[in-house]
Amino acid sequence: MSLAEKYPEEVQAIFAKYPIKRSAVMPLLYLAQREETYITKESMQDIAHLLDLTVTEVASIVGFYSLYHDEKAGKYRMQVCTDLPCALRGADAFLNNLCGNLGVKVGETTPDGLVTVEAVMCLAACDKAPMFQLQHGDEVHYHENMTVDRTLELIEALKKADVEVK
Amino acid sequence: MTHLLFRHRDIPEINKLQVYQKNGGFANFKKAVTSLQPKQIVDEVKASGLRGRGGAGFPTGVKWSFLPDTIWPHYVVCNADESEPGTFKDREIMESNPFQFLEGVAIACYAVGANEGYVYLRGEFFEVAKFLDQCIAEMEKAGYLGDRLFGTEYSLRLKTHLGAGAYICGEETALLESIEGKRGQPRLRPPFPAVVGLYGKPTVINNVETLTNLPYIIEHGAAGYRQFGTEKSPGVKIFSLSGNVNKPGNYELPLGATFRELIFGLGGGLPEGRKLRAIMPAGASSSIIRVDNASFERVMDTPMDYENVQNVGSLLGSASVIVIDDSHPMDWVINKTIHFFKHESCGKCTPCRDGNYWMQHLTERIHEGHATEKDVVLLKSVAGQMLGKCLCALGDFSTMAVTTAIERFPEDFEKKVKA
Repeated sequence: MSLAEKYPEEVQAIFAKYPIKRSAVMPLLYLAQREETYITKESMQDIAHLLDLTVTEVASIVGFYSLYHDEKAGKYRMQVCTDLPCALRGADAFLNNLCGNLGVKVGETTPDGLVTVEAVMCLAACDKAPMFQLQHGDEVHYHENMTVDRTLELIEALKKADVEVK
Repeated sequence: MTHLLFRHRDIPEINKLQVYQKNGGFANFKKAVTSLQPKQIVDEVKASGLRGRGGAGFPTGVKWSFLPDTIWPHYVVCNADESEPGTFKDREIMESNPFQFLEGVAIACYAVGANEGYVYLRGEFFEVAKFLDQCIAEMEKAGYLGDRLFGTEYSLRLKTHLGAGAYICGEETALLESIEGKRGQPRLRPPFPAVVGLYGKPTVINNVETLTNLPYIIEHGAAGYRQFGTEKSPGVKIFSLSGNVNKPGNYELPLGATFRELIFGLGGGLPEGRKLRAIMPAGASSSIIRVDNASFERVMDTPMDYENVQNVGSLLGSASVIVIDDSHPMDWVINKTIHFFKHESCGKCTPCRDGNYWMQHLTERIHEGHATEKDVVLLKSVAGQMLGKCLCALGDFSTMAVTTAIERFPEDFEKKVKA
């Protein structure tokens, strides 16, 4: 189903917001990512068609911005900031320890397909390191002043919620 | 002291519209629209000496006066892309004192005759954007946004736009490209955005903190604003303090407060047993200030304003003060900053795209202890060749820490290389 069929009101509101069609591309890409957690080839074609762009142009935007993904990963992307200010406050040790506990390497997904652990660039939360954002569909939420124990608890809670949905 | 920008630290729940209204909220926007000519506001802001708080420090009123009155419509775009490692002030303003910020956006719009304003937030600020959308809806309901405001002919609409993770979109022309639905790559200038900006129209782009100053300037005038700060750097500034300090966080201070006040006063100094070794006052883009026995007192007594930070070999920038203690060698520090810039280079200009690629190889090799003395010389040479050869400042900024680390902390590199 196309985005316009699936989310007619939201697509209309996005178009109404800007004086030119092309400006809708970023909000539409978020919409496309909502359920799949990544942007499929079909969605890119769909958006290209809606905006009179080529698929290549749409794909180049997906590739340029780091919050858009063109490959499937875990349901949640746990993106730990390891930039200089966070690293001065132990972000690298936090990430290594977390990966050790989960039995994955940076960039890998837990065997149940729930969480992909990633290292990312500055998230503007330097005074609250260690911290990460949880990207899930078209949403992003911050978790600050974290410990490995509290992160593992959070993952357990996500697991439980996931089972209940299923 | 009472805060001008961080009023939420003095007045609880000022992020609620009613509380903001009770504390004088939107009176200044109303005063502007109903009793001041746009030009009067531009002149007042010029006289206040307010300078851009995003990092460049360009005089705000002067920037506004570049918009031609022969081409319409005009746009105001607020830069809320806050992505410099070490900067986290705009987020606190938007989360905790959103209405003062939005009133500032509205005043700027009126001052330059814009009927539409955009707030461009980095994609990671998803929750902040949702909150601002709510605030904007409340303002519409209360009659602060919409058609024929306060019974005048003036109409205004504000919208948020979410980026999707790209440091370069904090560069103003890349930001405009991003709103227009393109990859965020800087434009060739001239023409400047003041003439050919968003959708090809005259556009003012101001940082969140800059705009949040405006209600105060309208209320108290240029003279009132100038009672804070120094002659050349008037007003207050939010300093984002991070790294090896006991109390990291945002601190609002008059421009010209010293490093000592910030790091050892408010910041509570360094953790027990550690010694201050370096300061990066403008985030990852900084030239690194060396602090040792010889320079300690002089650096600590340096006023943090646009002029004096230059005297200790760096820049104020967005005032994101990263404190580095004696347990972190500089080869590690620049390996971190270069990984950042390598990732964030937009790829448009070859010196930046390729320069950062090679600098990353070299910093990595040096940090891991596989390098020779020649590699350090080569790294400095690559950095030197990039300087001044790119469309935007990212290319230059990526080299600042590298060059100054090698020049000012030679012993760290001597230790790392093989004979």
